[in-house]
Amino acid sequence: MYIYDEYDHTILRQRVAQFRDQTERFLAGEIKPEEFLPLRLQNGLYVQRLAPMLRINVPYGMLNSAQLRRLAHIARHYDKGYCHVSTRQNIQFNWPDLTEVPDILQELAEVQMHGTQSSGNCIRNTTSDQFAGVAEDEVIDPRPYCEIIRQWSTFHPEFAFLPRKFKIAVTGSQQDRAAVQVHDIGLQIVLNDAGEVGFKVYVGGGLGRTPVIGSVIREYLPQEHLLTYLEAILRVYNLFGRRDNKYKARIKILVRALTPEVFTEKVEAEWAYLKGTSNTLTQAEIDRAKSFFTEPPYETIDDAAAQAEVAALAAEHLAFSKWLQRNVRGHRVPGYAAVTLSLKPTGVAPGDVTDSQLEIIANLADEFSFSEARTTHEQNIVLADVKKTDLFTLWHKAKVAGFATPNIGTITDIICCPGGDFCSLANAKSIPIAESIQRQFDDMDYVYDLGDIDLNISGCMNACGHHHVGHIGILGVDKKGEEFYQVQLGGSASNDASLGDVLGPSFSAGDMPSVIQKLVDVFVENRTEEELFIDTYRRIGATPFKERVYAKAS
Amino acid sequence: MPKLVKDGVIVEDTWTLLSKPEGDAANFAVPAGQVIVPLSVWLAQKSELKSRTDIGVWLDSDETADLLGEDAQPLPLVAVNFPTFMDGRAFSTARLLRERFGFTGELRAVGNFIRDQLCYLRRCGVNAFAFSNPESDLQAALKSLDDFTEYYQASVDQPLPLFRRRA
Ligand code: HEM
Ligand code: SF4
Repeated sequence: MYIYDEYDHTILRQRVAQFRDQTERFLAGEIKPEEFLPLRLQNGLYVQRLAPMLRINVPYGMLNSAQLRRLAHIARHYDKGYCHVSTRQNIQFNWPDLTEVPDILQELAEVQMHGTQSSGNCIRNTTSDQFAGVAEDEVIDPRPYCEIIRQWSTFHPEFAFLPRKFKIAVTGSQQDRAAVQVHDIGLQIVLNDAGEVGFKVYVGGGLGRTPVIGSVIREYLPQEHLLTYLEAILRVYNLFGRRDNKYKARIKILVRALTPEVFTEKVEAEWAYLKGTSNTLTQAEIDRAKSFFTEPPYETIDDAAAQAEVAALAAEHLAFSKWLQRNVRGHRVPGYAAVTLSLKPTGVAPGDVTDSQLEIIANLADEFSFSEARTTHEQNIVLADVKKTDLFTLWHKAKVAGFATPNIGTITDIICCPGGDFCSLANAKSIPIAESIQRQFDDMDYVYDLGDIDLNISGCMNACGHHHVGHIGILGVDKKGEEFYQVQLGGSASNDASLGDVLGPSFSAGDMPSVIQKLVDVFVENRTEEELFIDTYRRIGATPFKERVYAKAS
Repeated sequence: MPKLVKDGVIVEDTWTLLSKPEGDAANFAVPAGQVIVPLSVWLAQKSELKSRTDIGVWLDSDETADLLGEDAQPLPLVAVNFPTFMDGRAFSTARLLRERFGFTGELRAVGNFIRDQLCYLRRCGVNAFAFSNPESDLQAALKSLDDFTEYYQASVDQPLPLFRRRA
C-alpha cells in the first residue's frame, strides 16, 4: 500500500488547515454560502436531506487496518455509529456536524486519508479493480498507476473548476471489474507486441441523465505518457466542455457533440505540445510507485494440500461450501484466496457498516490478510490475501460479524444508492426496494441456481446506483408526488458494457418483488444450460419479459 | 485609486479595464492612458494599437489563448476574466499564455474569482489579482497565496512535478 512521505503529509496538512480556515470564515459570515459550496464539496462535504454527508476518499479502494479503525472511531464519535461504502469505493458518513468536519479531516489525515476532491467539479477519486494485484486474469497491477494519477490529480491547479465532476477508472485485468467504459476516462492496461505496458484509453462514458458507453480514443498509449495525455484530455474538456447547462457539461456530451474522431484530433493536437514535457513519467517514478505494491510476505504453500483441506471441511459444512462458492475466489499465488465480505445481508442498507463491524474487519485484516482490506464498487469489502487453510476460521468469524452472507454476484448482492431515505435529490426510496427483493429471493439454493445477476437500484436519474448497467436496473421515478419504479433490462458494466433498455411503464413499490420474480421466471423458462440472465436477455430480447410482466391478470 | 494584489504585495491599480463595445469593435474609440481593451477591440485595431506601450488586452472565459497567441509577448498586461468563479476556463488560458505563447508580462485575474482560488491561479501563471469587489480584504487575501507550499504536478510556478524533485 502506498505510504505517505513528508511531501504527501505536508500537502495534506496544508489542505486541512486551509479547509479549517474556510469553514471558520463561512461560519463567521465572511464567505458567502454559494462560494463555500464548491469549497466544502472539494473536501467531501455535502448538505443532505437530514444532515450533511461527508465523503471520504478511498483511493482505488485500498484500506489498511489502522484506517479502518480510524473510520470506526469517526463513525462512533462524530456520527451515528455507521457509514456506507459507495459505488465509487468511497466511504460516506451521513450525520457529521459541519463544525466538526475540520476535526474529522484532521483525524483522517493522521492515517493518510482525506475527503479531498471526493465531490465537486474536479477530478474525483480514481477507482480500480478490487482484486488488483491478486487476480488470476491480471495483465499488470493497476494500483501504481492509480496512485500516480491520484497524485497528479490532487490539487491540480488547472482542473479544480471543471465544467463538471470527472471520474477516472483503471483496470489491469482481462475481465474489467472497474467499469472503465462508464467513466469519463477509462484506462485499460494493455501490452503491445513488444510486451511494453500501455493503456487503451476510453473517454466519454458515464451514467446519470444521459448514459453513454465510452469511446476508445487511443488503442495504445505508452505508459510514460500517461499524465501528459490525461492533461491533454482534461484541457480540451476544460476549455470546450459546455458550461451553460449542468446536465450537458459532462465530457460525454462534448465527445458526442464533436464526434469521437474530432475530439480525438483535438486531444492529439494538444498532446503534441505536452508530449515529452516534464510531466512525462520516468522509469524511476513508475518503479517508485510500484515499490509500494509489491507482494506481501506470502508463505510457500502446497496448494493441493490446502485445497484438499478446504474441500474436506466444505464436504462437512454445507454453509461453508456455499460461502466458498460465492464469496471466495482464486488467487495468483498458490495456497491463497481472495474473500469478499458481504455487506448485503437482508435488511441492512446495501453497503452499510457499523463502527464495531469496521473494527472487526480491521481485526480480520490483521489476522488473515496482511492488515489490508479493499472496498468494492459493488459496495462490499474484500480481504485479498487469505491463506486457504485460514478460510474456515475466517468464515466462522465473518459469520458471527454478519459478513458471511453467501450472496456475492447473486440477485441479492444489490447495488443500491441511499435514495429517499437520505438523499435530497431522490425521486423515490431505494433501500426498502432492495430489502423487499432480498426477501423475495430468500431461498439460497434457488438464488444460486439463477447464477450471476447484477441488480442495481438508483433513487433518481443521477444513477448513483448504476441502474443503467445492471442486468436488471431499477430507477425510482416520481409521478405526481408518488414514488414509482422503472425497470430496465440488459445493462452491463463489464467488458461487454451495455446500457439497459426500459421495459415499459413503471411499477409501485409493492409490485417490485413480484415484477422481479416474473422477470426471473421468464429467464428460468428460457435459458439454456450455463446461460446467465444477461445472455438469455440478449438472445431472446425484451418481448417475453414485457409480456409476462404486463400481462393482464386473468 | 483602486488596489490590487500583484507579485505578492498590495499595489495601486493604474490600469483601466474597458468593457466590451456595444457596436463594431473596429469603430470603438480607445482612450489614451493605460487601458485594458477587450480581445475583439484588439483584434480589430491591432495595427494601430500595437505601437502603443500602454495597451493591455483581456480575454473573456470563452476566448481561448490562441486567439491572442504570440501577439501577447510584447504586451505589458493580459487579463483573464472570470464571469463567475465556477468558470474555470481561465486557469487553462493562463497556463497556455505563459507556457505556450511565451507571455512574460503582468497576467491578471479580473472578475468574480475568489480568494480561495489565488493559490491555484498563481500556479497557472497569474501574478496579479484585481478583485471586482472593492471591499475585498486584500491583506487577508494575500495569505491564501500560500495555502500550499508543495505541489504534485508541474505547473507554471513549478515546472518540475514532485516526482522529479523527490529525493
Ligand atoms: C446521499 C448523497 C448523494 C448525493 C447528493 C449524490 C449526488 C449525485 C449526483 C448529483 C449525481 C449526478 C451525476 C451526473 O449528473 O452525472 C451523482 C452520480 C453518481 N453518484 Fe451520487 N450522490 C449521493 C450518494 C451516492 C452514493 C451513496 C453513491 C454510491 C452508492 C453514489 C455514487 C454515484 C455514482 C457512481 C454516480 C454516477 C454517475 C455517473 O457515472 O455519471 N452517490 N450523485
Ligand atoms: S441516484 Fe439520486 S437518489 Fe440515489 S443517491 Fe444518487 S442522487 Fe441520491
